[in-house]
Amino acid sequence: MTADSIPVTAALAGVPWEPGAPKPDAILTATGVRRTFGGLTAVDVDHLEVQRGVITALIGPNGAGKTTFFNLLTNFDKPDSGSRNFEGRDLDGVAAHRVANLGMVRTFQLTKALSKMTVIENMLLGATGQAGEKLTRSLFPPMWRAQERANTERADDLLVRFKLDHMREEFAGTLSGGQRKLLEMARALMVEPTMVMLDEPMAGVNPALKQSLLDHVKGLRDDGMTVLFVEHDMDMVQEISDWVVVMAEGRIIAEGPPASIGQNQAVVDAYLGSHHDSALDLEADL
Amino acid sequence: MDWVAIIENTARGLFGEQFIYFGLAALGLNIHFGYTGLLNLGQAVFMAAGAYGLSMSVVTLGLNFWWGLLLGIIVFPLILAAIMGVPTLRLRADYLAIVTIAASEMFRIIARSPSLDRWTGSSDGLTGFATTFYDLSPYDRQERYLFNLFIGNQMWVVTVGWIALVIGVLISLLLMKSPWGRVLKAIREDEDAARSLGKNAYWYKMQALMIGGVFGAMGGMLRAIGTQSAQPQNFITDVTFFAWVALILGGAAKVLGPIVGAAILYAILSFSDVALRQLVDNGHVPEWLMTGTQVGQVRFMLIGLGLILLAAFRPQGIFGNKEEMALDDR
Repeated sequence: MTADSIPVTAALAGVPWEPGAPKPDAILTATGVRRTFGGLTAVDVDHLEVQRGVITALIGPNGAGKTTFFNLLTNFDKPDSGSRNFEGRDLDGVAAHRVANLGMVRTFQLTKALSKMTVIENMLLGATGQAGEKLTRSLFPPMWRAQERANTERADDLLVRFKLDHMREEFAGTLSGGQRKLLEMARALMVEPTMVMLDEPMAGVNPALKQSLLDHVKGLRDDGMTVLFVEHDMDMVQEISDWVVVMAEGRIIAEGPPASIGQNQAVVDAYLGSHHDSALDLEADL
Repeated sequence: MDWVAIIENTARGLFGEQFIYFGLAALGLNIHFGYTGLLNLGQAVFMAAGAYGLSMSVVTLGLNFWWGLLLGIIVFPLILAAIMGVPTLRLRADYLAIVTIAASEMFRIIARSPSLDRWTGSSDGLTGFATTFYDLSPYDRQERYLFNLFIGNQMWVVTVGWIALVIGVLISLLLMKSPWGRVLKAIREDEDAARSLGKNAYWYKMQALMIGGVFGAMGGMLRAIGTQSAQPQNFITDVTFFAWVALILGGAAKVLGPIVGAAILYAILSFSDVALRQLVDNGHVPEWLMTGTQVGQVRFMLIGLGLILLAAFRPQGIFGNKEEMALDDR
């Protein structure tokens, strides 16, 4: 487990600490991705490569375009220009649900637990290639019952692992915020992804659950998955990420191992503001 | 008071023709709204598709009854669902509501236009397309059946209607217990979540719109057969809202909800119709309060009152689950 993960993260050793740095084994690349909303350029990323098998954090101040970029990478939004490539496959024009079927699953900043469905139903929904999800076959239970049973077993194992098994038959709407995050992550695993994209997995989670969520994210890497997550919580970023990408004003301004980020002048400027007197200058110009 | 007439009428409402037409339409709406969250405010146009699909095939195009059946129940509603769904199902739910209500009014107004008299029979509608259906009837035309409730031809419509209802309920049950139904519910709860898990939300919504439309068309076609005419005024917007009332009354997202809702709706309507009329005729109700000609409208006031009480005391409908409803507020 951890022994395998060491060479995976070690692959990042030779990667230069600069925006757009090429990685030895990139699972996801984005080139020239731009997205504007009216006059506002929300995302303008020249190049990004995400290394396979490691945990990459995407951080940045509010309004940096992290979530927009995330939506572009998962095809939940279309870029004005630029290309995204996942496992050698061009994502341009691929529908969002097909991206999930290719092995890249995302979660959402505002957790999308399906409230009026039970926890186990939520889980079963995640399984891909279900015969019973085809309209014509759904009418004939013998055509999908065996598969359903296998999926249920897998779902139950995941529920135990995420300590949600006692909530199995409850409506997902009755879960706490943290439990919903856990459910969303467990449900994403039902898809059997190669890459998991987590949009603020720690938002609204109480401290007691944080540690277990962190362990689960690390667990994904140990199981051979690639993780890209957006996060505000710097403690989490420092603790679990192998590589950090910093965005500000829609651009990638820095990349590097977590320890290097705190000393990066561009990052400090982005978070604290580089020109403290510029606001006054602006007023003078007007 | 003539209690026999009151009971007979209530029974006709409870499981007679009107109940069947609107039960089927509401069953379709339940798949649209109850399970998938599609706001279809034009179920009348699917019903019209069934009615005109059959009548125009037979009368206008001169095809035989069975082709009319196929066109009216399957082909027309599927085409209609595609026309309304392709532009709207990628958008928010409200767009479908606008398009469906517009489509149902457009169809009705076009169908009654005098310039199309040759095709649709304009406002008189089409007649004489159901002979094959009634020729198959095992019942004697002059005889009364089921405790004298229905005469021969009516009984045949009710029999076929009940078979259609049972098939409809069975299909709904099987679909909603299957993984396919689970995807629909997920789409109702959160479309993006379903998409993030690899489900083609657009295509599932289209399938749901089509199946619910087919049930609606079955209801509309039976109505045309039962009244032996397809007329534009049989598919006014009220028709859509009767189906909605049946669905809300019974409780959405429960397979039997719309059926029970339709039964109760038409039982109340038929009961109050006869009961109120007799109260007026026998002088139990003073003239200044209500006259015989106002009975028809007063019935709907009672239904309205009932719905208000339902919304206040049992918002989940008769079959609905209160805990499930409360989850929306969290």
